Amino acid sequence: MRAQPKVAVRGFTASFGGKVALRDLSLDVFPRERLAIIGPASSGKTTFLRSLNRLNDLHPAFSHSGQVLLDGKDIYDADMDVVQLRRRVGMVYAVPVPLPWSVYDNLVYGLKLAGIRDRTTLDGRVEAALKSVALWDEVKDRLKEPARNLSGGQQQRLCLARVLVLQPEVLILDEPCSGLDPISTGKVEDALAELKARHSIVLVTNNTKQAARSSDRTAFFLMGELIEVGPTAQLFTRPVQQRTNDYLIGQFG
Amino acid sequence: MTRPSPVALQRVVVVALWSLATMTIGVLLFIIVYILAHGLPHVSWGFLTQSPEYMGRKGGIFPMVVGTVMVAGLAVLVAAPIGVATAIYLTEYTREGRMTAMIRFGADCLAGIPSIVFGLFGFVFFAITLHLGLSVISGALTLALMVLPTVVRTSEEALRAVPSAYREVSYGLGSTRWQMVTHVVLHSALPGISTGVVLSLGRCVSETAVVMLTAGSALRLPHSLFDSSRTLALHFYMLSREGISMPNAYATASVLIIAILALNMLAYWLMRRFVAKVR
Amino acid sequence: MKQDKAISLVLLLIALSAISGLALITVFIFKEGLPIILRVGGRDFFLSSDWEPSAGHFGILSMIAGSLAVTAGAMVIGLVFGLGVAIVLTQFCPAGLAAVLKPAIELLAGIPSVVYGFMGVVTLVPLIRTYLGGPGLSVLASSIVLGIMVLPTVTSISIDALQAVPRPYWEGSIALGATQWQTAHMVMLKAARSGIVTAAILGMGRAIGETMAVIMVAGNPLEIPHSILDPVRTLTSNIALEMGYASGQHRQALFATGVTLFVIIMVLNTVALVASRRYARRGGAR
Repeated sequence: MRAQPKVAVRGFTASFGGKVALRDLSLDVFPRERLAIIGPASSGKTTFLRSLNRLNDLHPAFSHSGQVLLDGKDIYDADMDVVQLRRRVGMVYAVPVPLPWSVYDNLVYGLKLAGIRDRTTLDGRVEAALKSVALWDEVKDRLKEPARNLSGGQQQRLCLARVLVLQPEVLILDEPCSGLDPISTGKVEDALAELKARHSIVLVTNNTKQAARSSDRTAFFLMGELIEVGPTAQLFTRPVQQRTNDYLIGQFG
Repeated sequence: MTRPSPVALQRVVVVALWSLATMTIGVLLFIIVYILAHGLPHVSWGFLTQSPEYMGRKGGIFPMVVGTVMVAGLAVLVAAPIGVATAIYLTEYTREGRMTAMIRFGADCLAGIPSIVFGLFGFVFFAITLHLGLSVISGALTLALMVLPTVVRTSEEALRAVPSAYREVSYGLGSTRWQMVTHVVLHSALPGISTGVVLSLGRCVSETAVVMLTAGSALRLPHSLFDSSRTLALHFYMLSREGISMPNAYATASVLIIAILALNMLAYWLMRRFVAKVR
Repeated sequence: MKQDKAISLVLLLIALSAISGLALITVFIFKEGLPIILRVGGRDFFLSSDWEPSAGHFGILSMIAGSLAVTAGAMVIGLVFGLGVAIVLTQFCPAGLAAVLKPAIELLAGIPSVVYGFMGVVTLVPLIRTYLGGPGLSVLASSIVLGIMVLPTVTSISIDALQAVPRPYWEGSIALGATQWQTAHMVMLKAARSGIVTAAILGMGRAIGETMAVIMVAGNPLEIPHSILDPVRTLTSNIALEMGYASGQHRQALFATGVTLFVIIMVLNTVALVASRRYARRGGAR
């Protein structure tokens, strides 16, 4: 019925020191879908995201078991090129972090790291990425300005564009709209709706309403475990698990 | 006697404190003005480019200028890359823990060791044991060791001041650690690191005790790293202490002060750029 | 990845050579200086003021007393003026003026020590000799010169410490009706305590370590000073003055003096570290 999953997490457990953050988690992410992950604080949502691009490797006490398959290949295999992985799975953080350079330099940094130096290619990718986050018209004359000069909402879309220039296959976003005003939030959500045509999108959000309006499927995490996952409309109206229902109606969180 | 009101008390305190501040700044200015007033009239292009005669009673300070540039320059040329590389290793390539805390404590201690003790070491180790004699290179290597802890510490602080979020972003966009360090971290930390290097250069230029014991006090122009050489600071010390020539002493001191002030202003300007970049 | 590992290795080697170079100095100094302390005996070395190298007597008490006296005096001046300037610049000065004065003081701090010594000889020593008596070359002259030299360090670090106090502390106090001075001495100085202590200790370290300026204004006799108008010889001056012609046991004794200085600095730095940790835990950011 469904296509092969783009990302297949199988029995994944993640811990930091002795503390278990994710417990025996299995979850699929399909091509061309927006998967929202909701749950109270410390449910492991961010840990899950960072396990998908192996950013957790940076933490000295991180250990894991289980598999994370990208197109069928375990990303934790010894011969996996982590640098390449991070170009295929692009991450946007909760707080926009523009590097202290110009808008243009921020956008081409990832490409230069990948060895792409041809000016025409760079310009082309920059324009395409900015257009897909609806930022092109706003900044096309400001490309040489410091990225810090942009507004919060613009900076976050810039961070999204910065990842998009690398043409990743999977986009992972960690509460990308926290701290953004409603208009900027709307623009980001609109961009994601368009982007799903070409990417798999995993979106962590603390805002259940955002999950309800801008995702295709939703997964509910609680204390490191996947409680339930299903089509968004169904999960929000007729959740299967009692705990999901309790969270959604605000009993805890 | 009734207690003075807080406002009245404050007025007294403010006057007292401002007097302290004025006295302080006054003294510092007095020193500079006094030296420059007595010395600048004797500083001429000839003074800077001629050699001394009669042990410095007449003539110029050219060999001392060259000697200072060689000794201090070489010292920083050695200490800066090693110090910055060490700082990079400590901040970016190791975990924060017992080892790094110990190294940091050790660096702080060594940064506080009196320069004369470094002079002692340099004399016995470089000049005698390694048979380098009283020479530019003995002086430079000793000075390098003296400023190394400071370079490491200031570089380390500059590197740490770069927000860790930048590092994550760089990794997230597919960089190796070294790419992250050079493109993102060093780029932001460079002004701060340069400040430390320039200040260390200033220390090397002012330093007298160390060069006295390791570079010697030859009046001739040094032709190689193994020649003995006198620095400006040492020349000034000897001229004044032995009463050889007061006008020349003042003139030498003027040149020295102007050089140091220029270096410090450069360091200050670099620091401001650093703050602008990293905030 | 392999390139990363290679670079990591190169950096490790450089770091190790830097660290071992510095360790070498420590080991070397102790190796040269410790034996003679043991041979002469700790009591005779540290507690005897009989320093006569030609006769094999190596008591450094008069130099220890000299260093202590001169440093104590320098710290009084350095702290009073240094801290005073720091308080003025952070609490009672418009921001624009402070932004000019702070770097100005740090700039002026770059004056070489020999210039300070020279100014001391030319202006201070005659003044002391004329108006206060004694040879002029004295503990007092040394303390004043050193105090002025140490001042910028104390000021600079104290300013940083005071500026690091969170603004809500200051605002809260003013909002309660306190004057700026009350705020300064009841709230700000307390909060910046650990930084100020660090400033003092670092200043002390610099005062103890200063050599050339002190030689020029201290007189350098081999006696314990009995008043601040007496001349004095410090540990550092002793090394500088005698190194040129010392050999054998004499030279070893000078190294032993170096060891003494080394240990003093280590103790000072440890105190600073402990103090800053204690203040940070107890009340820096309450």
